[in-house]
Amino acid sequence: MARRVPAVVPLGRDAPSRFLPWVFALMVYLAVLALAGVLILHSAVERWQRGEVDTLTVQLMPLEDASEDARIAKLRELLGAMEGVTGIRVVAQSETIDLIEHWLGEGNVPSDLPLPRLVDVNIAPGYGLDAESLALRLRASLPGVTVDDAKLWLDRLADIGRSLEYLAIAVVILIGLAAVATVIFTTRMGISIHRNVIELLHLIGARDGYVAAQFQRQAMMLGLRGGVLGIVFAVATLYGLRQVAGRLETPLAPDIPIANWAWVLLAAVPVATALIAMVTARLTALKELAKMP
Amino acid sequence: MVRFENVGMRYGMGPEVLHDVTFEVQPGEFRYLVGPSGAGKTSLLRLMYLAHRPSRGLISMFGADVIAAGRQQLMDLRRGIGVVFQDYRLLAHLSALDNVALPLRVAGAKEAQVQEHVSELLAWVGLADHIHALPESLSGGQKQRVAIARAVITRPRLLLADEPTGNLDESLGQRLIRLFEELNRIGTTVIIATHNNSMVARNPHPVMTLVSGELRLDEPIGKAS
Repeated sequence: MARRVPAVVPLGRDAPSRFLPWVFALMVYLAVLALAGVLILHSAVERWQRGEVDTLTVQLMPLEDASEDARIAKLRELLGAMEGVTGIRVVAQSETIDLIEHWLGEGNVPSDLPLPRLVDVNIAPGYGLDAESLALRLRASLPGVTVDDAKLWLDRLADIGRSLEYLAIAVVILIGLAAVATVIFTTRMGISIHRNVIELLHLIGARDGYVAAQFQRQAMMLGLRGGVLGIVFAVATLYGLRQVAGRLETPLAPDIPIANWAWVLLAAVPVATALIAMVTARLTALKELAKMP
Repeated sequence: MVRFENVGMRYGMGPEVLHDVTFEVQPGEFRYLVGPSGAGKTSLLRLMYLAHRPSRGLISMFGADVIAAGRQQLMDLRRGIGVVFQDYRLLAHLSALDNVALPLRVAGAKEAQVQEHVSELLAWVGLADHIHALPESLSGGQKQRVAIARAVITRPRLLLADEPTGNLDESLGQRLIRLFEELNRIGTTVIIATHNNSMVARNPHPVMTLVSGELRLDEPIGKAS
């Protein structure tokens, strides 16, 4: 078996080599969580935006002297005649009670509480149908009708989601910059600590590229080691969050829908960290070495 | 090969340690550089192995103007120079083999060749049993032999040695001078800084004498070559 050639510059024995993997592990952990947050929010915002354009909820408020079934039949008739309406679903009264029980608690909805009948209406884009125009057209023939305008609060929700998405992207970028700064600092420190060794290497004809290669190799190995550690913890955390989110049963809360391609993206974070560390170490070392005689 | 013209040298803003040094060494020469401690021998060697730039004057190495040379050209010139440092400058974390192998690895030699050549040379300087020893476990003389092996492993065009026999017994010192002479016979130019006059007398070659930073070119000490 070939004998392993030892590192010419003994960087592995320095203090930075001991703490740097842990720093990288923490950075990768935070970056993976932030990136997962971006992916989750992105999918949630897309879902909310889809919901706002193709569904409206019509509410038939209870009237004392009118038959509920007759009013629903009339509503079906009116909606069925409208262009742009692609689907109608009358929400069962039990579903409405379920929704209210989220607020009042199970079994706490009084039986004499006047409840509206809800009708989900699917609309196609391009027909100018929105909550306001639909309400106007329905009220002419059917009193006590309101149309729930989900657009406004879904818009706000999507805006908040998008802002959080940008914030998470900014966090990922900041973590990357912090990693670059850490590598610059430790490379400079390494050059300072091993100045005598580097001078000797120069005296026996080593070019700057040869010396820089020692630093870039070390930075890459430390980045990879820390990165793998970080992603293991991050995946464990995401798995835990997924379990918790699964128990919430809240329809609007985003689940953790991380697609296969997204897992590949997350797994690439340690590799990207190692590459960033390697390139930063090389460029820093070349710049510092150029100052030496 | 080596040409100095009115060279002066100082460290930082300190006083000049070499004054108007002028000499020329032709390819294939073997010379001693002698002088009392503090005369400037090591400083002159530092200029020759391109660790320091002169404060004035002209230096030409292998036909290249050192003053005008850029960093990359200096690195290339250094590959033609083997140096035995007075304090050995061995890397403490590397074995004797890896220390001697450094110049070959820096030059990109294949690992199989590195192992073979280094092992042979270490055997020749009497360190066959210490190939994997770290410098801290070697005696002063053994370290010096490792340093010499490292300086000659690439068969440099110019070999500079600062007190190379200082820690060696007489027979081993004599054997190493024979190695230097052997390298000189096959074309390496050799300059040895020493204050060992008996060695110079036993192995006569032209002598350059430094006194208080000024150079005098002398006849060989002892019998003529």
